Amino acid sequence: MTAERIVYMDHSATTATDPAVVDAMIPWFSKGYGNPSSLYRIARESKTAVEKARSQVATALGAQPDEIYFTSGGTEADNWAIKGIAFANRKKGNHIITSAIEHHAVLHTCEYLEKQGFSVTYLPVDETGQVRISDLKDAITDQTILVTIMFANNEIGTIEPIAEIGKICRERGVYFHTDAVQAIGNVAIDVVAMQIDLLSLSAHKFYGPKGIGALYIRKSVRIDNLLHGGGQEKRKRAGTENIPGIVGLGLAIERAIARMDEQNKRVSALRDRMLDGILKNIPNTRLNGHPKERLPGNLNVSFDFIEGESMLLLLDHFGICASTGSACTSGSLEPSHVLLATGLPAETAHGSLRLTLGAENTDEDVDYVLEQLQKVVIRLREMSPLYADHKKRSCNV
Amino acid sequence: MYSEKVMDHFMNPRNQGEITEADGVGEVGNPTCGDIMRIFLTVKDNIITEVKFQTFGCGAAVASSSMATEMIKGKTLEEAWEVSNKAVAEALEGLPAIKMHCSVLAEEGIHKAINDYRIKHGLEPWVEKNPHSHDHHGHEDETCST
Repeated sequence: MTAERIVYMDHSATTATDPAVVDAMIPWFSKGYGNPSSLYRIARESKTAVEKARSQVATALGAQPDEIYFTSGGTEADNWAIKGIAFANRKKGNHIITSAIEHHAVLHTCEYLEKQGFSVTYLPVDETGQVRISDLKDAITDQTILVTIMFANNEIGTIEPIAEIGKICRERGVYFHTDAVQAIGNVAIDVVAMQIDLLSLSAHKFYGPKGIGALYIRKSVRIDNLLHGGGQEKRKRAGTENIPGIVGLGLAIERAIARMDEQNKRVSALRDRMLDGILKNIPNTRLNGHPKERLPGNLNVSFDFIEGESMLLLLDHFGICASTGSACTSGSLEPSHVLLATGLPAETAHGSLRLTLGAENTDEDVDYVLEQLQKVVIRLREMSPLYADHKKRSCNV
Repeated sequence: MYSEKVMDHFMNPRNQGEITEADGVGEVGNPTCGDIMRIFLTVKDNIITEVKFQTFGCGAAVASSSMATEMIKGKTLEEAWEVSNKAVAEALEGLPAIKMHCSVLAEEGIHKAINDYRIKHGLEPWVEKNPHSHDHHGHEDETCST
């Protein structure tokens, strides 16, 4: 028998679509079905809705509407930014710089480009998950055409020094792309002030629908198309527009930015109370990621002597939805590449738990998770030969 | 992802614990790989009268340990040696392909515990008839990389 109560603490994986966003989307499935590429009235209405959403996204980023292009999500936006810059600027150079802790949408795209003859530098990170500016400066060569560094990490929540990176890239004449999928709605972003040339986002991370995202491309950036076909999105991204999704994205980003400060304050207080409770009540536990420069709802903790999947199964039994890292890697046996890059030993990385809090979480949720998590850790440690050895060693000291 | 049987053995593991004066102990796996199994046996008149396990690992690893210990309890050492990883996985109503190595660990853990018993009693250890080709998660001295 499983718990009836559900406590959702996996907001970095996805969020529930805001009911107001759903309401705004519904008419565009039925009455407003016109293809915006057509000429008649219902088509023009669709076109108007798309342009309104484009303005909403641009406003959220400090960009111009004609610098926003809709995609199917963050993965497509990352692929387009990286492959598009690489193929369009090949004559200038063949070197790309990224970090070791990027999402697989970036890492696997870079690995693909390596097979196409490009050279990629994977910058290491420090123990908090931040790229060192000195490493970036040293890595840029006259062959470098693109730096792609994520705004905030999806597993450990660490926020990268984006404005500094943008400044260096602009000074060195290198395009700068940032995967901001986790940052939108949690961190104030101004693409002009931060000197960002390309930025990826995805609606379902900020209470919008799944299957819709956007890529910001600064005017004058030289980029190839990823998708070829019709002339949609100013001939840069072919394919009939996902009108309900685009409308949902526009409203979701507007609402996320409007409530960001208030929500960050509330969620980070809940997160901090949870961390204090874990560290106080469960020994042999550590926080992963940056202690301060981190997403407000992100908590990534390692528990010695136990394994993450077992923790998740037991937490699920109590109705708690969490993650051991990126949801995309849940089918993998390898420990998180992000945690390993921060220097965590593999056996500790295996015992990591990511709790990401969001809009609907309450103080009662935190109390409930603290209570159940302690039981789960005790239960798994009682089963663990590593913990048995640890106890024996402690007794012998 | 997991069968009801796997979840039952994960949620209600049988024979979990330690035998302090065990006649045979077998440990397999590697903390780096995220799985360690330790099997304890008590043997009387060539029959396994008691068996316990400790496991650091995923749901499949715990369930495999639990099921394997159930399957060998009361058996002769010869019968227990013949309990294969496939039999463990089948008894669990299947394991995801990516988790089959957990059943291999259970088989190996039993073999190690039996051979530990045999060595302690001055007997030659038995040799694996069909050693598993471990590309991953097999031996303590192997890395996890595939």
